[in-house]
Amino acid sequence: MPLAYVASYVVVIGPVDLWQLLARPRIAELLRNTITLAVACMAATAALGVALAVAVERTDLPARRLWHGLLVAPLAVPAFVNGYAWVSLDRGIQGFGGAFAVVTLSYYPLVYLPVVAMLRRLDPALEETAFSLGHSRARTFRTVVLPQLRPALLGGALLVGLHLLAEFGALSLLRFPTFTTAIYDQYGSTFNGAAATAMAGVLVLLCLVLLLADLRLRGDRRYARVGRGAARTAVPLALGPWRLPVLATVGAVVVLALGVPAFSLLRWLVAGTSTEFPVAELTAALAATLVLALAGAVVTTLAAIPVVWLAVRHRGWASTVIERSTYVANALPGIVVGLALVVASLRLVPVVYQTAGLLVAAYAILFLPRAVVTVRAGLEQAPVVLDDVSHSLGLGTLATARRVTLPLIAPSLGAGAALVFLAISTELTATLMLSPIGTSTLATEFWSASSELRYGAAAPYALLLVLVSIPATVLLMRTDSPAARTETVPA
Amino acid sequence: MTTPPRRATPRTAAALAGTLLAASALSGCGVFGSPDLVVYNAQHEQLLDEIIPLFEEESGLDVELRNGKDLEMANQIVEEGEDSPADVFLTENSPAMSIVDNAGLFAELPESATATIPDEYVPAGRTWTGFLARSTVAMYNTDSMTEADMPASILDFADPEWAGRVAFSPTGADFQAIVSAVLELEGEEATAEWLEGLKANGVIVQNNLVVMQSVDSGEVDAGIAYHYYWYRDRQENGTDSDSSALHFFGDQDPGAFLSISGAGILASSEHQDAAEEFITWLTGTEAQQAMAESYALEYPLNPDASLSPEVKPFDELEPPAVDVAGLNGPQVTELMTAAGLL
Repeated sequence: MPLAYVASYVVVIGPVDLWQLLARPRIAELLRNTITLAVACMAATAALGVALAVAVERTDLPARRLWHGLLVAPLAVPAFVNGYAWVSLDRGIQGFGGAFAVVTLSYYPLVYLPVVAMLRRLDPALEETAFSLGHSRARTFRTVVLPQLRPALLGGALLVGLHLLAEFGALSLLRFPTFTTAIYDQYGSTFNGAAATAMAGVLVLLCLVLLLADLRLRGDRRYARVGRGAARTAVPLALGPWRLPVLATVGAVVVLALGVPAFSLLRWLVAGTSTEFPVAELTAALAATLVLALAGAVVTTLAAIPVVWLAVRHRGWASTVIERSTYVANALPGIVVGLALVVASLRLVPVVYQTAGLLVAAYAILFLPRAVVTVRAGLEQAPVVLDDVSHSLGLGTLATARRVTLPLIAPSLGAGAALVFLAISTELTATLMLSPIGTSTLATEFWSASSELRYGAAAPYALLLVLVSIPATVLLMRTDSPAARTETVPA
Repeated sequence: MTTPPRRATPRTAAALAGTLLAASALSGCGVFGSPDLVVYNAQHEQLLDEIIPLFEEESGLDVELRNGKDLEMANQIVEEGEDSPADVFLTENSPAMSIVDNAGLFAELPESATATIPDEYVPAGRTWTGFLARSTVAMYNTDSMTEADMPASILDFADPEWAGRVAFSPTGADFQAIVSAVLELEGEEATAEWLEGLKANGVIVQNNLVVMQSVDSGEVDAGIAYHYYWYRDRQENGTDSDSSALHFFGDQDPGAFLSISGAGILASSEHQDAAEEFITWLTGTEAQQAMAESYALEYPLNPDASLSPEVKPFDELEPPAVDVAGLNGPQVTELMTAAGLL
């Protein structure tokens, strides 16, 4: 629907005006900024994610489990909180360098997690075969291990790219204009102007390019093992003299990605002339966030069930289209969905405008893919034969669903809901545009304080945002499921 | 992550109950009933949070604020049209008032609401009224500059000598109001040229606070903003203003432009009486003095109220004469988009 909105608006503007809106230096500048940052961050997160995953999974690094926990932990710190933490320590980091560093430190777990999961599942026999053929460690890694990591690596990098295209809060704080921040600026000046919509069109195109590139790169190779193989862990690589440098590097990443935000946050909590502790407002924002996130999670997960059901149990072109279209929606930044829903609701159904229901609908559009991926994994593992058995024992379709299928997919429903909950609780742009009168969430309150440079006042909201994100992060750490493919939200 | 299947149902039920509760609570038809007055507020949230309780106490009315930015909210009200939930619209700068006014959505204010405000701050049709004013200023870094190094006119910042030395925040309505004054006073061509020069020279920052910080830290030598940011910081702790000073252009220069915060009542409002009561209170001496004594440090427009003497007195500002109703927001946005600032 938001796609339809952007497309229809583009038609309304007309080609001549559209060309005038797009063929201007500012667009070139934004395009350069957006693409440079996306490519640089995807490369950096990929390199960092793989290196860290290998160090933790495949070497004799001391305290590996602890490091694993610490390396995943930054997922619980939304990127815009991270940006705030850095900027409030030193404004000198604004611009490309700062944006690149902060975004990389915020998003590398999106690559790290799936790569770790993949490394754990690899059959070491392949590597041992390569050794026995006289290949060196390095060459084996390059020719045997790395190709097998490809889907995890690509999936992670794709997510980083999509997150980055939609990232607003962190980049706005770090003063690095991209399409998303420019759309928001235009929205602030014109509410629903042609320029904002034209930019939204470019942004959506960029997202689609990324999705297509991912599909092409992934190809249709098969990565599954033939036969069971033995699920053993590979022999860890002895680091020897490299032990200290590797340890120092991993430690440095943890300090930068976790230590700095923690330090900055605590500092602002304690100090800051503008720090009061407005308990009432904090509680109200927390309650609104929890209620919205809960409602959104339930609605989104329920909406995911039929999509998945069709995709898995009734394969056909229609169900494929439905499922794939939810992935396209995954490439829609919150700002575009927000813009589309504001206009659509005002024009078509003014009754729902500025209601909680519309906001929840926006969340469902934005985060349905996350739920679909997770629930789908659950349903695919629920054998059809059990349904058949149940039918043969005389149970109807509904009863079967209730007594056989639902219990089987309940864990994945829970995981999907948790993911959506996490995404909603840190969503910023669509919430800013659509929230009902008098409702503010943790994210919007944090944003209003930090963008006015009231760093002390922003701190308690930032802390609560982190706390709200922790449970889902823990859940992600403990799972090897495709849930690890979807993660925190682009603000 | 395993949920015993038995618990899935109560949890879903609880979540559904939560959803219903949320929907009713958040749509404003919850336990509190609907508010007596909905104010779309684009003035500083902090200021309204300070004064609204005073009005609520005095009137016994329950006021609900929706906060946003000037132009965003103005355009939103136009988009909402007859269905707008807003009763009253408050802005930081007048171009946003003009957008709503030009769409014919304001009701005419009663005499009582504008009685205390000088005529030059009320448009001829009395469709809205000014209630506060802010003076355009340039800030400069006192370590690298003196008052004598500052230009005579704000238009001079477009000269090449200022390359990389002047900070401003083009995405905010604050700066766009200044552009609208330049447009009104100097014409379209001169304005386009000035914007082009600023795009080439200027260091673009997020908002006026960052303008002040950039000047104070010496990242830039000068910046364009409004007077109160610097005075507020002085009043608080001075950490962002200790190495900077204000330069008032005066002399009817566009850079001495006085931007007016406006208040108006939507014709579509079903709470006309409450809205009129609110605007009358807002322009009255008590509220004007309360705002003058608040943290905000913007100039009250009611002559019976005044700011503390630390702030440059209102009658020494020498602003250019600008028709408050004549400032053109949309054209400014177009010019700025053309200049690549938006």
